[in-house]
Amino acid sequence: MISVPTNHALILAAVIFLIGAVGVTARRNLIFVLMSVEIMLNATAIAFIAAASKWHQPDGQVFVIFILVTASAEVAVGLTLFLRIYHGWKNLDADEVSLMKG
Amino acid sequence: MNWYFYASGIVAVIAALMVVTRANAMHALLYLVTLFLAIASVFWTLGAPFLAALQIIIYAGAIMVLFVFVIMMLNIPNEAQRERTWLRSLIWVLPAFLVLILLIQFVVAVGTKGAPAGAVIASKAVGRSLFTEYVIGVELASLLLLAALIAAFHFGVLPERLETSDD
Amino acid sequence: MGILLWLVVLLPFAGALTLMLFGASMPKKASGAIGCTSIGLSWIAAMALAVSFRHPLDTTLYPWIKIDGFQVGMGLRLDALSLVMMSIVTFVGFLIHLYSSQSMYEEDSLPRSLGGYHRFFAYMNLFVGSMLVLVLANNLLPLYLGWEGVGLCSYLLIGFWYKDRANGYAAQKAFIVTRVGDAAMAVGLFLIFYQLGTLNIQRILALAPMKWTPGDTIVTAIALLLMGGAIGKSAQLPLQTWLPDAMAGPTPVSALIHAATMVTAGVYLIARTHVIFSLAPQAQLIVAIIGAATLVYAGFSALVQSDIKRVLAYSTISQIGYMFLALGVGAWTAAMFHFVTHAFFKALLFLSAGIISDALHHERDLFKMGGLKNRLPVAYWTFLIGVASLSALPLVTAGFYSKDAILFAAWSSSRILWAAGIIGALITSAYAFRAFFLAFYGDLKTEVSKLPGALMKFAVVVLAFFSISAGFAKNPFEGLLSGVFPELHLSGHSVEITLAVISSLWALFGVYLAWVYFTRPELSRAFGRSLVGRRLHHFLLTGWGFDWLYDRLFVRPFKAIAFGNSSDFVDKFFVGLGELAEYGNLALSATQTGKLRNYVTGLLIGAIVIAAIVMLKL
Repeated sequence: MISVPTNHALILAAVIFLIGAVGVTARRNLIFVLMSVEIMLNATAIAFIAAASKWHQPDGQVFVIFILVTASAEVAVGLTLFLRIYHGWKNLDADEVSLMKG
Repeated sequence: MNWYFYASGIVAVIAALMVVTRANAMHALLYLVTLFLAIASVFWTLGAPFLAALQIIIYAGAIMVLFVFVIMMLNIPNEAQRERTWLRSLIWVLPAFLVLILLIQFVVAVGTKGAPAGAVIASKAVGRSLFTEYVIGVELASLLLLAALIAAFHFGVLPERLETSDD
Repeated sequence: MGILLWLVVLLPFAGALTLMLFGASMPKKASGAIGCTSIGLSWIAAMALAVSFRHPLDTTLYPWIKIDGFQVGMGLRLDALSLVMMSIVTFVGFLIHLYSSQSMYEEDSLPRSLGGYHRFFAYMNLFVGSMLVLVLANNLLPLYLGWEGVGLCSYLLIGFWYKDRANGYAAQKAFIVTRVGDAAMAVGLFLIFYQLGTLNIQRILALAPMKWTPGDTIVTAIALLLMGGAIGKSAQLPLQTWLPDAMAGPTPVSALIHAATMVTAGVYLIARTHVIFSLAPQAQLIVAIIGAATLVYAGFSALVQSDIKRVLAYSTISQIGYMFLALGVGAWTAAMFHFVTHAFFKALLFLSAGIISDALHHERDLFKMGGLKNRLPVAYWTFLIGVASLSALPLVTAGFYSKDAILFAAWSSSRILWAAGIIGALITSAYAFRAFFLAFYGDLKTEVSKLPGALMKFAVVVLAFFSISAGFAKNPFEGLLSGVFPELHLSGHSVEITLAVISSLWALFGVYLAWVYFTRPELSRAFGRSLVGRRLHHFLLTGWGFDWLYDRLFVRPFKAIAFGNSSDFVDKFFVGLGELAEYGNLALSATQTGKLRNYVTGLLIGAIVIAAIVMLKL
């Protein structure tokens, strides 16, 4: 039987999450930003699974399903928005789309 | 069998690092797929086989495909070149520093020992819980998908196409 | 009786109030009528009191201040001294009101609603009311009230044509310089109250000799402080700089306030508190010295002025110097007698000069006048009588009798003071007749455009009559005031006659000098072109440079301190608050870059902080 200490799984989740955070902060291209967000979502899913396994309850896994749904909706809308941004600004630079400045 | 967890974990971490640091979007997307597969393995070792399968089907199978389609449709010229100009090494210093602090805080807070995880949760139990306790969530999730569909459809119509359509 | 006395005081105030409230909405003639009638009625009441005067009369209207240890009632006292003052103030005031109702009639230089005419009479009535309170008060506190009231009216009337900034500055100068004196006087009042426990004049005069011996420090200090107030109000050295500039006001104002009445308030104050001055011989000596110095100073300054009103202003300063001289040597009655005659002939001179300048389109420069003898006969004869009385020409003028009384008293006290007085007499007749010759003889330089009206002629003729005849009332006058003032022991009668002859000859010599100056201009011109001549002329013209001195000594340091302090640490604190808010705004707006990456970085930092907080609790 596999019995991994829960904390190790949590630490793994944290590491992947933080790598995603680095990606969001450091990358300028919107596509990569969205990918990094996906990484972060998956990391939280790992944490949920680990918790569900520890407490022998299915709730964590249910929540991961919801995360899956959310991620799909988000990617769909997000990519559509990328289409519009590209149409307007002719590039996908996160620093260009800063009309909310000031 | 614990080594499988650690192996998948290492693959996941390396894949994530590669996703974040590539200049070519296609390469990054492929590494992302790798990441998802690794995470699916991790799910399997942590006692969630059903979700592992779902992960592969939905994430790697649908979401990533959507990603690839849209990026290829956008067809941005000289994209990799520009990425390389943006990716100077100085960029990584501040985010890496902040993230390192957060990691240290997390590890110190959580500790490295803990109860063993890995008990397999039956899919039946998951399904039952989904449609009894969390049935509202299911309905809301379907609404969310509907909303996303409509939004994507609406935003997807580019302005010059609107002018030529006869509405 | 008491009611009559109160009417004398309250009628002018009633007139002022009516004019202030309703003057703008009544026709001009009505305002003039009300203004003159209130003073006229007040004068009639004063005359009624005068003819029936037997004993001093004390009345109180109401208890003004009543606190533990300090009670002051608003009260009036009518004795010989205040009777004299009251009569002169109401009589001369009435004549000047009649004159100005005609001379100020076209002066309405502002639109009707801010009208000049009714405002003028409101202020003049207010002035007469305050002056009457001053001279009739039986307590030093109402006296001070009247003192301040006349100061206020002086300010309002000097700056009457307020649209011209220079008039406002002249008014401010008058007010501020007299304020210096007023402050000294207030300290004097505090000291009196502290020492004697009362401000009632009669009680003070009774208590003072019991408490202090002559020469005591405290009583000398009190006397000097009261003298400070008198110096300010009466424009003596060193607080005389405001009076020449006060000529910016209308001519009736100069006649009433700055010749006949307000400037003599200082003389009245010292005369009223004469017991205190008798107890402080050093202070009294200083009064005499200041009087002597001022009369010489002002006489020399008057000699070179070209503005006819400035000649008369310096002349006023000089004549009040004579009154101070008299007070200083203990000749109280002589000082008051000179006050009476001076009120008549100085008011006459101002009103007559007003007729001249009105006739010449407000020209006041003597060197632009000339040859008016036949054009303005009324002004000619009245002005002649005025300067004759001013120069104390023998026997026929009132000025002769009053000035001689002063010089006689000065001779008995100190030869030096007498010498100053006699030199002053020479210069007085010199400058007076210089002005007379320049204005009325010679070639006609400016055409006459307006002849004086009937009321104006009436006023000056009446004043001229009194400028001659008042002198003959000298003995009854002295008898009247003998009840108030102690007897002054003087040398014999023959000395008096000799001195009178000497001063008469001396005055006539001054007339001769003026005649020589006028008919032989080449003599003075040669001197006037030399370097010494020009420097001397400028020195005398600016009143011996007092304005320049005060500017360097007081005005500039004060302004420097005020400007330097205008942004002091309190200001900096409040301005700093504003700047802090601005800076904060700039700083925080800079964080709104609109860039996604920056916001995410902010999130990360926030996460670190929260994690740290949570961890510290764990």
